[in-house]
Amino acid sequence: MSLFLIVALPFLGALLPGLMIRAGRQACGMVTFLVTLTAFLGLMTHLPAVMAGETVTARLDWMPSLGLNFNLFVDGLGIFFAGLILGIGLLIITYARFYLSREDNMGEFYTYLLLFQGAMVGIVLCDNVLMLLIFWELTSLSSFLLIGYWKHLPEGRQGARMALAVTGAGGLAMIGGMMLLGDIAGSYDLTVILQHRDEIQASPYYMPALILILLGCFTKSAQFPFHFWLPHAMAAPTPVSAYLHSATMVKAGIFLMARLWPVLSGTDAWFILVTGAGLVTMVIGAIVALFKNDLKALLAFSTVSHLGLITMLLGTGTPFGAMAAVFHILNHATFKAALFMSAGIIDHEAGTRDITRLGGLRRLMPVTFVIATIASLSMAGIPFLNGFLSKEMMLEESTHTTLFGYPMLVPVLATIGALFSAAYCFRLIAHTFLGPQRESYPGHPHDPGFGMWGPPALLVILVVAIGVAPFLAEPLVKTVTAAVLGGTAELPDAHLKIWHGVTPALWMSVIAVAGGIILLLMFKPLSRAWAAAGPPFAKAIFDAIIAMLVTIAQAVTGRLHDGSLTRYAAIFTVTVFAVTAHAFFSGEVAPPSREALPIEPVPMTAWILLVTATAVLLRYHRNRFLALILMGVVGLVVSMAFAYLSAPDLALTQLSVEVVTIILLLLALNFLPRYTPVESTAGRRLRDGVISVGAGVGAAALIYSMMLRDFVEPSISAYHLENSYKGGGGTNVVNVILVDFRGFDTFGEIIVLGIAALIIYAITEALLSGPVRARLLNRPTEDVAGDAHPMLMVVVTRVMMPVVLMVGVYIFLRGHNEPGGGFIAGLVVAIAVVMQYMASGYSWASARQRYPFHGIIGTGVLVAGLTGIGSWFFGAEFLTSAFGYFRIPPFEEFELATAMGFDLGVFLCVVGAVMLSLESFSRLARRSDTEVSEFAMDIDPSRDDEAQTTGKEG
Amino acid sequence: MELLLASAVGVLTAAGVYLVLRQRTFPVIVGTAFLSYAVNVFLFASGRLAVHQPPVLDDAATAYTDPLPQALVLTAIVISFGMTAVVVMVALGAYLSSEDDHIDDQPESGDEGAQS
Repeated sequence: MSLFLIVALPFLGALLPGLMIRAGRQACGMVTFLVTLTAFLGLMTHLPAVMAGETVTARLDWMPSLGLNFNLFVDGLGIFFAGLILGIGLLIITYARFYLSREDNMGEFYTYLLLFQGAMVGIVLCDNVLMLLIFWELTSLSSFLLIGYWKHLPEGRQGARMALAVTGAGGLAMIGGMMLLGDIAGSYDLTVILQHRDEIQASPYYMPALILILLGCFTKSAQFPFHFWLPHAMAAPTPVSAYLHSATMVKAGIFLMARLWPVLSGTDAWFILVTGAGLVTMVIGAIVALFKNDLKALLAFSTVSHLGLITMLLGTGTPFGAMAAVFHILNHATFKAALFMSAGIIDHEAGTRDITRLGGLRRLMPVTFVIATIASLSMAGIPFLNGFLSKEMMLEESTHTTLFGYPMLVPVLATIGALFSAAYCFRLIAHTFLGPQRESYPGHPHDPGFGMWGPPALLVILVVAIGVAPFLAEPLVKTVTAAVLGGTAELPDAHLKIWHGVTPALWMSVIAVAGGIILLLMFKPLSRAWAAAGPPFAKAIFDAIIAMLVTIAQAVTGRLHDGSLTRYAAIFTVTVFAVTAHAFFSGEVAPPSREALPIEPVPMTAWILLVTATAVLLRYHRNRFLALILMGVVGLVVSMAFAYLSAPDLALTQLSVEVVTIILLLLALNFLPRYTPVESTAGRRLRDGVISVGAGVGAAALIYSMMLRDFVEPSISAYHLENSYKGGGGTNVVNVILVDFRGFDTFGEIIVLGIAALIIYAITEALLSGPVRARLLNRPTEDVAGDAHPMLMVVVTRVMMPVVLMVGVYIFLRGHNEPGGGFIAGLVVAIAVVMQYMASGYSWASARQRYPFHGIIGTGVLVAGLTGIGSWFFGAEFLTSAFGYFRIPPFEEFELATAMGFDLGVFLCVVGAVMLSLESFSRLARRSDTEVSEFAMDIDPSRDDEAQTTGKEG
Repeated sequence: MELLLASAVGVLTAAGVYLVLRQRTFPVIVGTAFLSYAVNVFLFASGRLAVHQPPVLDDAATAYTDPLPQALVLTAIVISFGMTAVVVMVALGAYLSSEDDHIDDQPESGDEGAQS
């Protein structure tokens, strides 16, 4: 099966459980199982090739220029981990089907589980470190969802947050490390990086890269001092703990250390960091585990300890150490997953997993007893079980390892770790299953159905099988080890076997087991001493750090981001001013290279008008109506300036936008207070004045010096001027740019405009369906004109309507070659329609409005989009325009361009958007006491005549 | 001419910033409109000024002004109308719902404090 499919299957399958849960829990579980089974079988099709030493690859270039390629490869190490993930996944899915209760949302659970599975498979199969980082983060996210699956439990939420914070921080560090590594090797492809051992180890960036990558691995694999999140993640449902926190996710860090072993290992730094962290973790984890009363906490710390063991073995940098590590990964996955599932069974059936409330379960739960005992004994390192074999190899390796110049240091610590490990295993058996049977338990302990004990039983069979006949696992372990070594070292010729003769490792094993039994016998006094010494403090430190970060963040945010827009605006303006002033004074300004245009009297007059209007506005801005009029004056001067400075299109647009904006603000002012009260103090006004004068001077200086200098680089405008007619078929370059050269931008802009209008409509709807509606309808009557819809206005607007529409069509049609176009025509037509609303009122006009404005916006976007798509049928890119000249007698020859279709879309969208906005505002204006008139004008002499006539007759 | 235009941009910017710093919604809206004028003219002027050289191809013309900033500013003008309309609507909705047109949250009044 294609490697892509194997990685994609869990992700695609993640869609199914949520759908299938409607068909029942059985169907949901089955579908999830089948998805994983398909991926597992697909993976196994590659097993023969991989066992023969081949590497199967699948390549897909995604963004080669960034070095980001979706390449996958599977070698011994990859298939080993992917097999563990999918294989144990199958068991966990079965187990979870029976573990989850009716109240739990099973579809949600399996969706998260499959997402996690896909991310893990992605990590172990991908051949590109950038992709690996993405999958790495995905495991952090999906494990967050899984740990916090029981959202109602505060421990679950806290545990999930802590896990995400720690592994997420590690993931960030790792991004840095991987970038450095890819940079040194010159490629982000793992297989290429693995070829560059010498360059990488000689690079000055080796140390930073190593430390950053190890930070990622240590946080993920819960190595000291980042081990504390794992016990807190035990708030997750037990299937999650068994899957993520024993067999797969916590091994992701280990996987990566193994994967990068050929390029990173073998240096002193690697040895000290990895072996040191591993040793410390192993010993601390084992000691803490012994004193934990919660079964899952005990198992969590034992997992921490065993991960330490594997890390230590990888740290030694010897081929034998690597082989022992690989073997222990396999063994740990089998016995620890079985133990977690057993703990889940006990919790499920006995109602508690507190060891102090258990004991004597061996007769009540015989099957669970057998499974848990075999798995525990394997973990303790008892012969004929697989844990013994790899622990023996670990102890053997430790006798050859010298840390900090003390040859005894590593063996002694390893023995202590093994000793405590044996002790907690014995305690788990003795205090849970042995001893007198209690009179009552929180639940009714009994063995569960096969669905729950079957999966751990299968794992225990493997535990015994490998333990009795290690040669069965040898080909796999050797293949995987060869992949880890990556050709940098000879594969060790040692064999996996039970009896190596009387070696130091055997004596260490004997000491560990005997010591473990002694510790168990002394457990009560030891436990009291441990409690007196004080519990471990990792969580307290973590909480303190988090609390400190929160305090700092709140202090900073509280000062900068206090919800005051005025404050933000002031801070923003001052910052921009400071930054630009710094740039201005620290940089060099070239001498002016352009002649200034002469100042003519007309522009001078306009300038005086603008400055006066602005000054008056600033003085009297509290009178809002006056402010609007002055704003209109300024807008007119601006459009005149555009007209004078060779921008006819801009002048037309500015003029028509000015009209609709003022109408809009007038409508708004109808509801808002007419005057702004004096609130700011004089000091504050002075401060604001200083800030705004600064901003004004800055903007003026910038544009002034810019206008007197030529472009630094030749601009692309010359291209537009040259190709406007040849390529776009129009002589109005501005319009051709809008509908052709930069048509895609325009397309986006009309959509934005349409969305803005729809937002306004939506807010109006929301207002009119809430309490505001009653307030609006019954607001106090103000002085209104007696003749709100005067005849003069009605007549004039009716006469003007066809004229304005014709002007609109004219402007639209000539737009491609002369100033005009869809935007301006749309505004002009909108003004024509708005005039009818103004003259005869909202009710009268909207009753005669046949097409809804939303529809016009939508049609506009569709027409523009379809015109663009049309060019696909001619094999051209989106929005490529075509044009031609036609002649229909008796008319002059005229031009038709596809750009006109696009411009029509722009036109419709602008009309619809402007009208919908204005219409929404006027809908607010209705009040309860106004009668809806069916007539176009309030006072109509012809109506009076009619009334008189009918009156006389009647 | 450049001096006139630059000083006009400066005046418009200063007025816009000053009004944006006011405490009621309406002056802030007028302020953003002024800032829009200033920004549009600024962008337009980045194509340098020219008189009697519209970017409409004509055999008689000797030179054309820069069409690109014009095209960009044209859509900017229309979009700024849309933006103004949305902001006005938001301001109006806020005022109609709370009878208060302050731009920033006001300190809770005594009655509401007593209730909570």
